[in-house]
Amino acid sequence: MNTSPQPILSLQGVIKRFGGLTAVDQVSFDVPKGEVFSLIGPNGAGKTTLFNCITGMHVPTAGKVVFEGRDIAGTKPYRTAQLGIARTFQNIRLFEYMSAVDNVKVGEHVRMKAKLWDAMFRTPFARREEKRVTERAMEFLRFVGIERHADKYARNLAYGQQRRLEIARALATEPHLLLLDEPAAGFTPQEKVELMALVNQIISRGITVFLIEHDMKVVMEVSQRIVVLDHGEKIAEGVPTEVRNNPRVIEAYLGKSA
Amino acid sequence: MKRLSKLVREQSKNPNAIAYAAMAVAGLTFPGIAQFATGGNADYLVSLAADAGVFVLLAIGLNVVVGFAGLLDLGYAAFFAIGSYTYGMLASQQLISSPLHTALHVPFWIALVLGMFIAAGAGALLGAPTLRLRGDYLAIVTLGFGEIVPRFFRNMREWTSGVNGISALDVPTLPFWITGPWANTELAIEQNFRFVTFNATAWYVLIVILIVASVIGVNNLHGSRLGRAWMAVREDETAAAAMGVNTVNTKLLAFAIGASFSGFAGAFYGAKLSLVSPESFGFVVSITILSMVVLGGMGNIPGAMVGALLLYAVLYKFLPDAPLQAASLAHSLGLDWLNTVVPDGWPGLGEFVSRLKFIIFGLILVTIMLVRPQGLLPSRLRAQELKRGVHDEPVTTVP
Repeated sequence: MNTSPQPILSLQGVIKRFGGLTAVDQVSFDVPKGEVFSLIGPNGAGKTTLFNCITGMHVPTAGKVVFEGRDIAGTKPYRTAQLGIARTFQNIRLFEYMSAVDNVKVGEHVRMKAKLWDAMFRTPFARREEKRVTERAMEFLRFVGIERHADKYARNLAYGQQRRLEIARALATEPHLLLLDEPAAGFTPQEKVELMALVNQIISRGITVFLIEHDMKVVMEVSQRIVVLDHGEKIAEGVPTEVRNNPRVIEAYLGKSA
Repeated sequence: MKRLSKLVREQSKNPNAIAYAAMAVAGLTFPGIAQFATGGNADYLVSLAADAGVFVLLAIGLNVVVGFAGLLDLGYAAFFAIGSYTYGMLASQQLISSPLHTALHVPFWIALVLGMFIAAGAGALLGAPTLRLRGDYLAIVTLGFGEIVPRFFRNMREWTSGVNGISALDVPTLPFWITGPWANTELAIEQNFRFVTFNATAWYVLIVILIVASVIGVNNLHGSRLGRAWMAVREDETAAAAMGVNTVNTKLLAFAIGASFSGFAGAFYGAKLSLVSPESFGFVVSITILSMVVLGGMGNIPGAMVGALLLYAVLYKFLPDAPLQAASLAHSLGLDWLNTVVPDGWPGLGEFVSRLKFIIFGLILVTIMLVRPQGLLPSRLRAQELKRGVHDEPVTTVP
């Protein structure tokens, strides 16, 4: 196996049940540091549920979620963000009635130190921090290529720009691990190419990317390792070529051959 | 000078700047102009303006909760009551008859701050168990809280004199005070100044100072880390949490800070009236303040202030005066028959208008909301969007 000795994230027998429905069943895998790791699977396979278990939006019924050496299963979402896990959402969840730059600044919230006192009296410290945060927010917008729209309401951005803004907002939390939930959904082929370039740029910043994606072309091209989920169970894991030729994966996606 | 003129040019199209400037000018000149216009009989008007200022403070505070953080609070008057009772109990003979048997006479200025902190504490106390609720459910709980608090004060007879309320509250004092023509007297420095009830100008000046301080504080908060966290929670709580915003703490702070304004508004109100009674803090008060915020422009500080001033003027000046005004208007138009009372029939124009008071009030509210659904002075960004149009709406139909 080519996994590095210290994976950034390690799932160990994660189970998530909703009443009688088992959405994620005994899933274990390691996400190596500094790579693009992808999670694929048919609709309803439990991919987003797994993301929610990692970020603390769901508490796993059983199992361990080990992030940088500590079990974070059941940690509150804002804590996991503080620890260094950021995410985007499958159906974009921006702060619609806030400007693009303010959206990114909310991402920086978790790394800011101004206290209530500073905020209320606008102390020199708060002013300096605010200035620095604004500059950084603009950098992030430039990084994803939408700095021209900094002052627009998030809801008035075009669809592709909204997806980019979500990535910028997540990056602003200065994560070690970035979870992208179907970032290419609804993209044109051209936009997908741009997205892949963006993912590679994120990797070169030293951030590990964990991707859920439906578009096989994107997944195969961009990721170093892939895990396949079907009906909540892990059915395959490996490098793209292995996964592509795995009969169970083909079956899950195309149905059983007669 | 050049910089000033540049500033004026830049801001002359910004409705918020205009509103602030207009309110500042009106606030500074009002007592003088009113005294001049009425020939020195404007104490009543100035006192009314000071009372309106209390509601401006309340609207600023509720705007933090409802406008910034998006938490619908239907029991805001409860915190107002807590502020008033704090001053009432800490600064009068009241506690002699209580099981404590000693009257406390905390100076007004300290009680003002105490009222603020106690109301903030009550806000946090209410918030802690309830802020896990969202939207309508939170509104229902705050509604209940708004009913409980005045009732609590009414039933704690030993401490608060129940229905009678607490009267003869201590008069705030200052070592010196400047009086002048604006208060209808000579320009002079008064030693050992006392805020007696009939000195309307002193109360007016005090509330204006409180409002200015509050506006500066809230404005700073709005543009700060915390202000953004409030808005993020309002827009999408789940996403805010995923970005590392501690949503429970953020909402608690909104509740506590919002409540603190009504805390010192309450202390001021009690001291000025020299009376605190459980009847002054009913559901109607909560709803009135909420209407002020919504009508003025939710989420925008000058909007909430304008809304408060306008609604207060309508409720406490225009509507009470309307019957008399209508009757005298009919008289001066030579329509005296309108004022004649027919037994068991036409009650006379004045009485007729007086009976229609609240229909008129409702009509005014509905008309404003129909003409300007976003409020009289909506937040700047939203106004810009409306002007710019919706040509760049997001594409929402995604496969």
